[in-house]
Amino acid sequence: MAVSETVAATPPAATPTPPAPSRRRRGRNAAYWLYLLPGAVLFLLVIGAPLVGTLYLSLTKWSGIGDPRWVGLDNYQALLQDDVFWASFRNTVWMLVAMVVVPTVLGLLLAAVLFDVIGRRFKPRTAAALRAAFYLPQVLPVVVAGIVWGWILRPDGAFNSLLDAVGLGALRHDWLGDPGTALPAVMAVMIWVQIGYPVVVFMAALQRVDPELYEAAEVDGANWLHRFRAITLPQIRPETFVVALTCTIAALKVFGPIFALTRGGPDNATNVPSYFAYYTFFKKLQVGYGSAISMVLTLIIVVVAGVFIWMQARSERRDRGF
Amino acid sequence: MAVTLTPSTVPVTPARPVRDRHHRGVSRWVVLALVTLGALVMLVPFAFMLLNAFKSPGDYSSGGPLSWPTEFYTKGLRTYWTEVNFPLKFWNSAVIAGSVAVLGVAVSLLNAYALGIGRVRGRLWIVGLFLLANMLPQEALIYPLYYVAKQVGLYNTQLSVIIIFTVIQSAFGTYLLASVMGTFPRSLLEAAALDGAGKWTVLWRVVFPNLRPTLAVLLIFFFIWTWNEFLIPLVMLIDNQTQTIPVALASLQGDRLMDAPTTNAGALISLVPAILFFLIFQRTLARGITAGAEK
Repeated sequence: MAVSETVAATPPAATPTPPAPSRRRRGRNAAYWLYLLPGAVLFLLVIGAPLVGTLYLSLTKWSGIGDPRWVGLDNYQALLQDDVFWASFRNTVWMLVAMVVVPTVLGLLLAAVLFDVIGRRFKPRTAAALRAAFYLPQVLPVVVAGIVWGWILRPDGAFNSLLDAVGLGALRHDWLGDPGTALPAVMAVMIWVQIGYPVVVFMAALQRVDPELYEAAEVDGANWLHRFRAITLPQIRPETFVVALTCTIAALKVFGPIFALTRGGPDNATNVPSYFAYYTFFKKLQVGYGSAISMVLTLIIVVVAGVFIWMQARSERRDRGF
Repeated sequence: MAVTLTPSTVPVTPARPVRDRHHRGVSRWVVLALVTLGALVMLVPFAFMLLNAFKSPGDYSSGGPLSWPTEFYTKGLRTYWTEVNFPLKFWNSAVIAGSVAVLGVAVSLLNAYALGIGRVRGRLWIVGLFLLANMLPQEALIYPLYYVAKQVGLYNTQLSVIIIFTVIQSAFGTYLLASVMGTFPRSLLEAAALDGAGKWTVLWRVVFPNLRPTLAVLLIFFFIWTWNEFLIPLVMLIDNQTQTIPVALASLQGDRLMDAPTTNAGALISLVPAILFFLIFQRTLARGITAGAEK
């Protein structure tokens, strides 16, 4: 390897014209643009142009037939006064709790316990089997999960039968049909769907932490909680960022489970922006208004992702600083 | 500090680990019991599914969802299989997810070659753009895509869904592969260039073989992600000939054919391919997840 490097370095030194390599190099790099061409064309057709199209449509009134009528910012102004719009974003905050906060915190705890206590004090195979049980819902197509849970939570579904069987029949309820319980029920389903992802990522992350760190801490008499806070958390911070970011984006975009479980009902109790936009586009045929909802959601996602990436870059810089 | 303390605590030191170990001996079983309980709760819905997929409707209405089936009833399964035309839906899902996986990896590879190895100008911005594109809500693209697909005759074709997801998945693939290729050993590239290899040859003879494990992980990710996608297939594919498994199952929801045993049987069959992928690719995926997390 070293040989080829020295060989590569000698010819420019031997040639009499020094500017030649830099010009040649620029020409060489320019040729790489060709490789970007198919991807760039596809990108413009499928993502760039439609995004601009949606932005334009959000400034018009259109039913999908005939010509869109320019209305300026009217759709956005109407959004601010729309209770359903505010309800859908309020529900998004609850989705963030169910799909980001709870799974990340529980996932950290579960991964640490599975790796540290069960993986070491019992057989690693026990930990692997338990991990698979937590991960299984992630394998299920999320719409299928929604359909099964929709049946379980029905008034005559399995959950109410289970309550009867354990003598809590008084709690029987139409879980998804009552506006008071629909959102908590959907949140519980989303925790069930989501929890396996952080568990698997964090367990993989823990494998790259130096075991000597733990041994040294144990010799110093640090208990499990101390080690968790002083070693586990800081060591797997990069993965925590990735999990928190991907889960946050998924929570902001959640559509399939809502479609399968409640279609946003009852009475918008579980409506979310993406379902609201879908419904406005294809059921109410208000394309301009649906586009405005989509653009607001897009803006929020871009800002949230930007903040995450900025925070991650800052914490990495700080780590290197020390 | 430990050294200075040692003499005074000599009698205590051996006692403490013993008590500690004894204490831990009990608590580790408590921890195991709690985590196992949690894992069992996670599995309960799957148990419900199994219990009710093979139950006759009469059995279900008299015994309820928790009763043990009195006979091994497979008509629900067969109803679902034929009414939904499951083999066709499976084929549709497989064609779409398979094409997207292969095409998406190919596009990602070409993009990332220009960005990670070619280091074209402004590559950081371009990579950031791709990453952002992958995060966009699909609602922000769907109406223009739907409208144009109708105009050009791609509406209700699998090709439309394949093209769209090839781009969406390759946006992520480009981001991941560009950072992987950024660390590709330059000496290998230079050696190949010295041997007179052009860029195309370097890509296929040097870069591609070295990245094969990463590309395999990406292929599996793209396949599973596309298999599970819902919104775009729901909007684009409207008839029985073109629909994918999740869309077919969702459009049957609330149908009179879908009594509880049929619903469960349908969910169970839809689960089987997913579990098969999971078992086949578990090892590759575990590796891939870490690769993705570190980047």
